[in-house]
Amino acid sequence: MIRHRRKETLRVRTLVLSVLAVGLILFPLYLTIVIALKEPSDMVQVLSWPKNIRWQNFADAWNMVQYPQKFTNTFLITIFALIFTILTNSIVAYAISRNRKKSRFFNVMYYYLISAMFIPFAVIMLPLVKLASILQIDNIAGITFLYVVFGLPMNTFLYSGYIKSIPESLDEAATIDGANPWQIFTKVIFPLLTPMNATIAIFTFMWTWNDFLMPLVLLSKPTQQTLQLSQYVFQGQFSTDYNLAFASYLMALLPIMLFYLFGQKWIIGGITKGAVKQ
Amino acid sequence: MKKKNRRVASAFYFMVIPMALLFFTLHTLPFLQGVFYSFTNWKGYGKWAVVGLRNYIHIFSDPDIVQAYGFTFYFALFATILVNLFSLLLAMGLNARIKLKSTLRAIFFLPYILGNLIVGFVFKFIFANLLPPIGKALGIASLSVNILGTDNAWLGVLFVTVWQSIAFNMLIYLSGLQTIDHDLYEAADLDGATGWSRFKNITFPLIAPFFTINMVLCVKNFLMTFDQVMAMTGGGPGTATTTVSVLIYKRGFHGAQFAYQSADAVLLFLIIVAISLFQLFVLEKREAKLA
Repeated sequence: MIRHRRKETLRVRTLVLSVLAVGLILFPLYLTIVIALKEPSDMVQVLSWPKNIRWQNFADAWNMVQYPQKFTNTFLITIFALIFTILTNSIVAYAISRNRKKSRFFNVMYYYLISAMFIPFAVIMLPLVKLASILQIDNIAGITFLYVVFGLPMNTFLYSGYIKSIPESLDEAATIDGANPWQIFTKVIFPLLTPMNATIAIFTFMWTWNDFLMPLVLLSKPTQQTLQLSQYVFQGQFSTDYNLAFASYLMALLPIMLFYLFGQKWIIGGITKGAVKQ
Repeated sequence: MKKKNRRVASAFYFMVIPMALLFFTLHTLPFLQGVFYSFTNWKGYGKWAVVGLRNYIHIFSDPDIVQAYGFTFYFALFATILVNLFSLLLAMGLNARIKLKSTLRAIFFLPYILGNLIVGFVFKFIFANLLPPIGKALGIASLSVNILGTDNAWLGVLFVTVWQSIAFNMLIYLSGLQTIDHDLYEAADLDGATGWSRFKNITFPLIAPFFTINMVLCVKNFLMTFDQVMAMTGGGPGTATTTVSVLIYKRGFHGAQFAYQSADAVLLFLIIVAISLFQLFVLEKREAKLA
């Protein structure tokens, strides 16, 4: 009897969740796709499937925002930020977390970086933009560099939590075998960091691909703009040509959605790992 | 011998110092510069002089800034409550042996991967073109017009912010709920604890640390709300939905108020630190009590 009722509530629950998922999450996506595929004259019944699919919207948006250039910029920023974040931030976190108890210097470094997490970007952005133009890092290479450096507080926190769980006896054994700290890190520790590297890679990817504020204040030259920023910059020119605008939005969303479609389990798993560590 | 063991190899210093110097130069130094300029009258160009606390005193009588802080607090409060409420409900809904579990989880997490800006643009279209006819058909006056052009614009921004933020918080709650031993629920069943009392006495105390994380992250993020506002209202109508971050951006870069907005930024920083520390302190104390 009880068992039967429980089955019934589970069925109701599944139904409610499915309706919510379709109505609240998938509906806006459907709308985006439909509008991107329609002709302007077909907009009276916005929600209906397009009478004629108009691929021209994509071609127009492609040319207007110069998609290949914006995509390349975003892609380069994301990939290089990701690679260098993993290579450099992990080594900093390793040195800090292995020596915090032994030396005050490393302990101070730990708290220095962690406390910087409380500084919102809006607080440093005015002086940073001045500094960036003096150092000539107000371009895609520079912003990549900034992502690698600005990720340090959060990543040090995540990596150290993970490194703590790797027994120090491994380091000691390698030392006895004659390995120096660099060799210990590259040969012993780094391979063991793979799950946390994956988590940090995902966070870095999401952050750099979707970021709007940093590109907005740092990348003023049109040739340097990212996909997100170009959607903002072209708002005026899209004006009420929603089909063109939505084709452009969809093209900006598509790479990350494809990535999610195929790596969904891996992404959710990686982010959960990071979230629990926090 | 023991002392020698405790000495830190110089290689470890080489691992940390270059990145630490870069971090200092590119992050801490701008922060300190901002603090310094907040005591000056620099416009962002030309001559300047030290003016002491004048910017800070002026801030409190500047209607635009007072309004931006008022709105930001108000907004962050509502967003934090709604996001935590719905993401916890959603996580509890998903944390059962239901069909399609992983598919549903993947769909509900989807908003996290989409850029704030584009999501804002899509919903802007929905609010401007789809909702008014529905509002008219239902005879609801406030929904019959583009909500983003009215006094209720903040509700539109709030909706989109909550829509996107539920995803990440849901995942944190879900990982919290998965740490709870299923036997505990069965024991509670036998004791007759169901529904609300089961939630209050078993589920919530056990996921309290996850609640703490979510509250702190939410408040911090929502006090910095920027993207959604820029995408949907640009701070308007008038200045109704201008958050502190939007104001710093607009006036600091385009309003020749470099030093003045630096003071504004320093104030935002102090408020975020104070609230975060307060939350950590209060919530952790309560966690300890619950445990």
